[in-house]
Amino acid sequence: MTEIPLTRLAPGSLARVVRVMADGDSRRRLQEMGLVSGASVSFVRAAPLGDPIEVRIRGYHLSLRKAEAEKVIVRANEMP
Amino acid sequence: MTAPATVSGRPAESRLLALAGNPNCGKTTLFNALTGLRHRVGNYAGVTVERREGRLRNSDITVLDLPGAYSLGARSPDEEIARDVLLGYFPPLPQMVLVVVDASNLERNLYLVSQVMDLGIPVILCLNMMDVAASAGLQIDVDGLQRELGIPVVPCVASRGEGLARLVELAGAELPPPPTRRWKLPEREERAATTLASTLQSDGSSEARTALFKALTLLCEDNADERLLKGLTPQALAAVRTSRTELGESLSEIDSVVIESRYAWIQDVCDRVCRQGEIPITWSDRIDRVATHRIGGFLVFFALMALMFQAIFTWAQTPAGWIETGQGWLGEFATARLPDGDLKSLVVDGVIAGVGGVIVFMPQILFFFFFIGLLEDSGYMARAAFVMDRVMSRVGLHGKSFIPLLSSFACAIPGILATRTIEERRDRMVTILVAPLMSCSARLPVYTVLIAGFIPQERVLGVFSLPGLVLVSMYLLGLVAALGMASVFKKFVFKGDTPLFLMELPPYKLPSVKTVALQTWERSSEFLQRAGTVILAINILLWATMRFPGDATQHSSERLRNSIAGHAGRILEPVIQPFGMDWKVAIGILGSFAAREVFVSTMATVYNVEEDDEDKQSVSVRVQMQSEKDPNTGAPRFTALSAVALMVFYVLALQCASTVATVRRETGSWRWAAFQWVYMFVLAWCAATGVYQLGRAVGLS
Repeated sequence: MTEIPLTRLAPGSLARVVRVMADGDSRRRLQEMGLVSGASVSFVRAAPLGDPIEVRIRGYHLSLRKAEAEKVIVRANEMP
Repeated sequence: MTAPATVSGRPAESRLLALAGNPNCGKTTLFNALTGLRHRVGNYAGVTVERREGRLRNSDITVLDLPGAYSLGARSPDEEIARDVLLGYFPPLPQMVLVVVDASNLERNLYLVSQVMDLGIPVILCLNMMDVAASAGLQIDVDGLQRELGIPVVPCVASRGEGLARLVELAGAELPPPPTRRWKLPEREERAATTLASTLQSDGSSEARTALFKALTLLCEDNADERLLKGLTPQALAAVRTSRTELGESLSEIDSVVIESRYAWIQDVCDRVCRQGEIPITWSDRIDRVATHRIGGFLVFFALMALMFQAIFTWAQTPAGWIETGQGWLGEFATARLPDGDLKSLVVDGVIAGVGGVIVFMPQILFFFFFIGLLEDSGYMARAAFVMDRVMSRVGLHGKSFIPLLSSFACAIPGILATRTIEERRDRMVTILVAPLMSCSARLPVYTVLIAGFIPQERVLGVFSLPGLVLVSMYLLGLVAALGMASVFKKFVFKGDTPLFLMELPPYKLPSVKTVALQTWERSSEFLQRAGTVILAINILLWATMRFPGDATQHSSERLRNSIAGHAGRILEPVIQPFGMDWKVAIGILGSFAAREVFVSTMATVYNVEEDDEDKQSVSVRVQMQSEKDPNTGAPRFTALSAVALMVFYVLALQCASTVATVRRETGSWRWAAFQWVYMFVLAWCAATGVYQLGRAVGLS
């Protein structure tokens, strides 16, 4: 299984957060919102103009810009 | 008197209960349900975060509604306030904290709970929106959760009043502080944190209650809060350095480790107490398939915006008309009763016109706040920002800036007030600074007079009418200037990293009309009190400058010309001459500070036009302007070119005392209001002069 940025997940697919590569406050904020390593995350959809994106994490929906999502490295679950 | 940093000496019976919780957890609905309809709304000293306080039903417990916070890490002004209140920086310290969580979103909500529990104040957990959790297939073992956390847990549906009785009962009870911290850090970090905490406590740098929270803050943040550092003894500072050194390499990661450790514990708790059934496809998902769809998303968005405009532009005009009529009656009544003189003029032209000028905004503001409130409460507001963010990020703004800017087309005041939904201070400031560049409805009468008077009815390319094109260009100019200036401010004034765009998309719900109506009323009446008084004062000042020093025997036109404003007009003539204006227009520009459309009536007085009817007045001013001659050359004073230059000036200049007062109120300082006025004036002057001089150079006139 390969590690990819969150932005590369296919819509609807499930993954686990491996690490957050952002710095300082950005990283803290992403983590506080629940994107810590090991958390399961799924890609819901991209906004009409492609950015930001919407993900589902810890049972709620969160939107973030691609620039930040690039820094969230995930491991995609294998398709059943 | 110095403010005590610790619990103030409140009598035991007037207990203070703080209401904390994430945004979108139903906290406001719960607050309203617990306290009834009477609240005190104010601001925290020095910041523009709303402070709401009410009395718990049938008790003398005061309930303080803290601003919504995802964390006490204080990464937005709202979160900073929530943290500061709980740390005792805004005395009095609450005796109890009621943390409201969204039961359908337990994991993330418990993050804040774990932080609040570390502060040693007794905590009650309100497990709100149990109905939403159930319909999302989530079962929560409430007793189990209570055991795991060691604090009272009350399941509730605040919107239906379920569970409130138990909350009220607990709020009056004597509760022990929360149990000792149950989440643990990895060994090395745990040792560093506890050692530091006990040092802080033993040498008096911190109370026992907050020692761990402070120790963690000092370890995690390179630039901890000044107030925190100031309280430290030299030994404590040394201990901080030692602990940080001991952590070595892992210091840079400690903040992650703390967050991960909290979440690890939360995950454990949730695994034990939650049963997630099949996740059903909710209504919310179905709506989002349309509302955030590639095409549907924009259709829904623009339809809602059109509706909002309709509300502000058209529906609000009816009550605004009543207010104007009422103002007219009152004016006539006073005119008939009072003897001629300064007092009569003060009452009629100063006070009645001034108060009228303030409350005539109220219908617009009420409609607008109500509509925005519905969008917010239903959950759509976050989708609007989601859909529009890409567009706004081009100029360095946030998706949430779109609605304030758009509503500024109606009136900048509700637009500026709406920026409160933007958490990031820099984004909010930039949005406030550029919002008045959008052409508001008060500019329309000015454009109308000038276009009708000087722009010939010609066709362009056979289809477009020239006057129509000019009007559209004025609106576009404002829009382009706003976006351009936003990007300039982001680059040069509010520099720094692009703030993080991280926004929750809460599930849709039926908005509570009661909550929204109450919020609308609170926001509007606050506006009326705070900005209203300043607007009134400025209007009376303007009245005075246009009347004094006066001679009662003079005719009104002559009197205006000889007033302070009249003299100021002559002094200012050289300033506006570069774009083809004279001192009479300068008086009109000064007068329109009260409101831009006053330009027309001021010009009517200057030109001595005797028309009370607005439409006829507008026509007469137009005719008069057309026949004005340049005293030196005898050529017409105003041409199509100078009319366009004056319109450009009106598009860009901040000719509105009410907006200035509102900006002062919302930014908390006259400095920003002054800065905004100056930059917009410079921009307007340069653009108007540029248009006029360039036009003349290429032979237009």
